[in-house]
Amino acid sequence: MNVRSQVSMVFHLDKCIGCHTCSVACKNIWTDRKGAEYMWWNNVETKPGTGFPTKWEDQEKYKGGWELNGKGKLEIKSTSRTKIIPNIFHNPHMPSMDDYYEPWTYDYQNLFTAPEGSDQPTAEPISMIDGQKIDVQSGPNWDDDLGGSPIYAENDPNLEGLTEQQKLQLSSVERLVFFYLPRICNHCLNPCCVASCPSGALYKRGEDGIVLIDQQKCRAWRSCVAACPYKKTYFNWFTGKSEKCILCYPRLETGQAPACFHSCVGRIRYLGVLLYDADRIEEIAKLPDDELVEGHRSMILDPFDPEVIANAKKSGISDGVIESAQRSPVYQFVMKWKIALPPHIEYRTLPMLFYVPPMSPVQASRDGDVINHISDNLFHDIDESRVPMKFLANLFGAGHEGVVRYALRKQKAVRWHRRAETVGDVDRAMADRMLQEANCTREEADAIYNLTSLCTFEDRFVIPPMHREQAIEMMKEPHEHRTEAGFGFVGGPHKGL
Amino acid sequence: MNHFLDQFMFVALPYVCLFTFFLMTIYRYQMQSFSYSSLSSQFLENKHHFWAVVPFHYGILVVAAGHFIAFLIPRTILLWNAHPLRLYVLEVSALAFGLLTLVGLIGIVVRRFSNTKIRYVTTYTDWILFAMLMLQTISGVGVALFHPWGSSWFASNLSPYLWSIVILNPDISFVVALPFLVKFHIVLAFLTIGFFPFTRLVHVLVIPNPYLWRKPQVVRWYGRR
Repeated sequence: MNVRSQVSMVFHLDKCIGCHTCSVACKNIWTDRKGAEYMWWNNVETKPGTGFPTKWEDQEKYKGGWELNGKGKLEIKSTSRTKIIPNIFHNPHMPSMDDYYEPWTYDYQNLFTAPEGSDQPTAEPISMIDGQKIDVQSGPNWDDDLGGSPIYAENDPNLEGLTEQQKLQLSSVERLVFFYLPRICNHCLNPCCVASCPSGALYKRGEDGIVLIDQQKCRAWRSCVAACPYKKTYFNWFTGKSEKCILCYPRLETGQAPACFHSCVGRIRYLGVLLYDADRIEEIAKLPDDELVEGHRSMILDPFDPEVIANAKKSGISDGVIESAQRSPVYQFVMKWKIALPPHIEYRTLPMLFYVPPMSPVQASRDGDVINHISDNLFHDIDESRVPMKFLANLFGAGHEGVVRYALRKQKAVRWHRRAETVGDVDRAMADRMLQEANCTREEADAIYNLTSLCTFEDRFVIPPMHREQAIEMMKEPHEHRTEAGFGFVGGPHKGL
Repeated sequence: MNHFLDQFMFVALPYVCLFTFFLMTIYRYQMQSFSYSSLSSQFLENKHHFWAVVPFHYGILVVAAGHFIAFLIPRTILLWNAHPLRLYVLEVSALAFGLLTLVGLIGIVVRRFSNTKIRYVTTYTDWILFAMLMLQTISGVGVALFHPWGSSWFASNLSPYLWSIVILNPDISFVVALPFLVKFHIVLAFLTIGFFPFTRLVHVLVIPNPYLWRKPQVVRWYGRR
């Protein structure tokens, strides 16, 4: 057992209101720079929709993630080791700016300098790259709230396997449904971006599992951009370096939640440590699709198990981190309650960001009648909800519905339990029966309710001590370091020499 | 050409360029490693990129490797060329890869010039470099066409000259008698080497060889392991 700690995340989709505050917080801090204008380390997508970059989930197009080759070995889909050499000059699966969007601003100066005339001067959109006037065809969140559904929502790769009727219902008037999918880097356990980098510039931090790109070592071979199936590494067209979400490590190291977490209006985000067995990464990543979710869970270790604690200490994990893992809200959602699921685990990168799948309005078209909530099957509306189970399963269960159904049933049972407790208009016995069928107890339901609805800042973000000071002590005298810290690049990053 | 000019072109200039090359390359790697990048523009334009960049790189790699091999093992090359058929095969393939380089380079320049986004990310240094590479490739192809058989006289004349530079005992008697086009090619080659560390060409020096050996996953720890 090789215990490592990982700062992990849960996004509770049932609470996301799609306000994009997270995206803006991130943009303001990290990517409001030349070459990074088009990057959204954090973005919020409407589902069904094609996302950002357009159709990122279509791996027939982008070839992201891992695949099992004929010999049962894991290989990077885009540029495996044997493929990188002949393809290093031109990456065959590199997305281009057209797949994202061309960043633009407006020619505000024209409002002041336009010659006098009979018409109002306008500020026309101009490209932020070459300053030329552009005809804006798409942008971030172009399909927000199902805007342009015939072009976007209907091309969502997750619609694969749905019946024609289900697809039609998704977009029919008065039955429209959508939910939001906020996305950041998943800081995977088996990151494809790291494995693909010819320069070895990408790495995972041993202590907290944050995946970073060494800007000094990146040589713009672009492999990571093609390899990441979530398209969360971006190419800076100005500096010629790839960049990605850094999980606000400077904030984490000083005990603050990452900016997108901190600013989240719906309070959907949870952050905490998970301990996992690093020896099993390859074994788990090779499992067949339907065993991946369970396999991924099985490598996450119980922080209360004395054997795990002993091994964690042997691996150099400090007591503070172990204690933090024991209080981790992520552990509750993922391991104890099993209602948070990894996105697209079939890409085999073992993502460490988990989503609580969203409840959706009940499908009311059944025979034209109002659906009766009290039937023999207490959870019929889960299976018949407006967002088809198959769609959610494609997103969160590698196409298999079981784990998603489990998570949704439990969420519904919690709602009924709380309704019986506080409103009292549903039968207590019925609520108990639902809890039982959803594999939940009253205590567990209350705990889920508390962490979902009444959670404070401290409940949501259990930030482990990062022990940066220990790292500094190894290199130099801390007082000396203090006087030198905080300057970063001398002169700032620029292009070429 | 007068004696003084020959001395300058084939003794002084090579040393100045080589000195600049080593000094600046190391300095830049140590002090400005952030600037080491191929500065790829594939992200901004993905369609013509393949047809320009790939022929250029494969062409120049083979041609450069050919020059280097002739520099390293001139005797073997002469022995190989003793048979006319083998000589023709070598010369024709050298010319073919030279033309491939030229086609790719023209593609690169046209692509950079015609696409406004790419033109914006192209610096003055890049344009100077492209002009140098273009002249170098054209003169190289010209030499291959008009001064046969280059592979043989490179081995008999240029290789000894280059070695005399390496061992710090320059002997220019091998090169003074060469035709103008060849001399032009040699001088421009040294100038390109001298200009090399100031350009995007430095990405040649950071070819990612360890990738084939290293473990797929890279983990960095504070200080340990």
